[in-house]
Amino acid sequence: MNNSFKILMNGIVRENPTFVLLLGMCPTLGTTTSAINGLGMGLATTFVLIASNMAVSSLKNLIPDKVRIPAFVVIIATFVTIIQLMMQAYLPALYDSLGLFIPLIVVNCIVLGRAESFAAKNGVLDSALDGLGIGIGFTLALTILGIVRELLGTGKAFGISIYPENFSSLIFVLAPGAFIALGYLIALINKLKKV
Amino acid sequence: MVYLLIFITAVFVNNIVLAQFLGICPFLGVSKKIETAIGMGAAVAFVMTLSTIFTFLIQSILTAFGLEFMQTITFILVIAALVQMVEIILKKVSPPLYQALGVFLPLITTNCTILGVAIMVIQKELNLLESVVFAFSTAIGFGLALVLFAGLREQLSLVKIPKSMQGIPIALLVAGILAMAFMGFSGVDKTLSEIWNVVKP
Amino acid sequence: MSKLQSSFPNMALSLITITMISAAALGFVFELTKVPIADSQRERQLKAIRIVTPAFDNSPAREQSLVATSNGDSLIIYPAKRAGNLVGVAVESTTNKGFSGQIKIMVGFNSDGTIRNYFVLQHAETPGLGSKMQEWFRDSVTASRSVLGLNPVKILKVKKDGGCVDAITAATISSRAFLDAINRAYSAYRNYASALTSDNNLKTEMEAGK
Repeated sequence: MNNSFKILMNGIVRENPTFVLLLGMCPTLGTTTSAINGLGMGLATTFVLIASNMAVSSLKNLIPDKVRIPAFVVIIATFVTIIQLMMQAYLPALYDSLGLFIPLIVVNCIVLGRAESFAAKNGVLDSALDGLGIGIGFTLALTILGIVRELLGTGKAFGISIYPENFSSLIFVLAPGAFIALGYLIALINKLKKV
Repeated sequence: MVYLLIFITAVFVNNIVLAQFLGICPFLGVSKKIETAIGMGAAVAFVMTLSTIFTFLIQSILTAFGLEFMQTITFILVIAALVQMVEIILKKVSPPLYQALGVFLPLITTNCTILGVAIMVIQKELNLLESVVFAFSTAIGFGLALVLFAGLREQLSLVKIPKSMQGIPIALLVAGILAMAFMGFSGVDKTLSEIWNVVKP
Repeated sequence: MSKLQSSFPNMALSLITITMISAAALGFVFELTKVPIADSQRERQLKAIRIVTPAFDNSPAREQSLVATSNGDSLIIYPAKRAGNLVGVAVESTTNKGFSGQIKIMVGFNSDGTIRNYFVLQHAETPGLGSKMQEWFRDSVTASRSVLGLNPVKILKVKKDGGCVDAITAATISSRAFLDAINRAYSAYRNYASALTSDNNLKTEMEAGK
């Protein structure tokens, strides 16, 4: 039990993919124009992480070493396509907002990275927990960045107006704002890490 | 003329890194020196143009059989195979070039730009020639962003930066300012398309 | 169980098996989601039609037709009827003059040709600027912004071009594109309405001639 908790917390804090490992930057910058988009993207990626980690872990002895990367990629791509079809069917608005970034989950370095570094060497249950932990860490990071950008850029968070739009800086929901917001956020985390 | 418009739009107006957020990992990771930036840009240009041709043809096969849902899997496999092939050919044909680019090539597979562009040309319904021009132009845009950024970072390494900001944070801020500069190009594609009386595909 | 050796037959077999299982799984999920995906797309279109036209009891989607515009291309018209009588028309209009590409809107016309309402279906305009078009042009407070109730028989233009509509602040290009879509919708509606009247006239003549 203690071990499972440790694996879970690892993904959220110690090895947080966005703030610590600095992986998966593309969707982090591209899908955080609003809090709900960031949350949706994080959850979709979490699904893929858990599913592919479990699949890779259960098949790890059947995949010869030299083809492991292509094999992992096919497994990941399968789950990405599944979540893509499900979102298109049941969450069309979110599917439209996230657009190109949904199929791009397959090249998200986090997913392949975890499959390679954890799932290929650990049991199914542990891999599932690792996927969940990393996924939660990623979702947390995306949601926080989404909230920051939406708040600074439009005065809203999750669509609820917090302060009048006239005082907002539109740049934060545009391309440069993504870089700037994430830069300051990581700098803040760096500062807090030393406390 | 259409092709020049595609080129200008892809390189400046909709720069793949600074406006569309694809290729950030190599952008942040490989851009510390100008030479490596150029090398990466060249490798990406080659793989991107070639893979777009292949994925374009594959898409027509998939559509013919109603198998569009296999797009993600087949595309990524084609890209991975292509990168492997390029690596092998490069090792045989030009060992010094292979040495220079060596470590970047496997990274190109997971480079979101390659898969991103492959999917984009399908979504935009471009024909084969337009797709090739688009892919090549996007890669040039990627290279341009990379080289500009490398130049900036080389300058950054000479300056004193607060501890918390060192590394990725300051790089992101600089990228943000670079992205802001590129925002100045927005609307250029519209104006050019009107001046040249050309419809953007 | 120790790992499989990386011999060529093993590698090929392993990769091919995994890909086949994936293809099968995906085919299954695809079949599963085919109907919901088509349904949700249909729902969105119907929702847009409902917003822009008065209450109807027919199926506008089933009675849709392609009507020519003055530009030479054609747009889809959805007639809204109640008890067989036409109460309004929804036109799915497009324009390529948007700042960042194509804009697609659903415009609803009353039987006197005035705009009843509109709904932006798709756009890639700048968030916070051009994207405001969803609400700007039906502003109930500042009348000079709203296109509701206007009859585009005289082409709608932004104030800067000599027209009467207030463009979105700092988004003139998006505003012009939006009005272009409205004007195109109107030209299609006009062609549709005149075809209907000439149809009706023909029917009346045929009845009279009987």
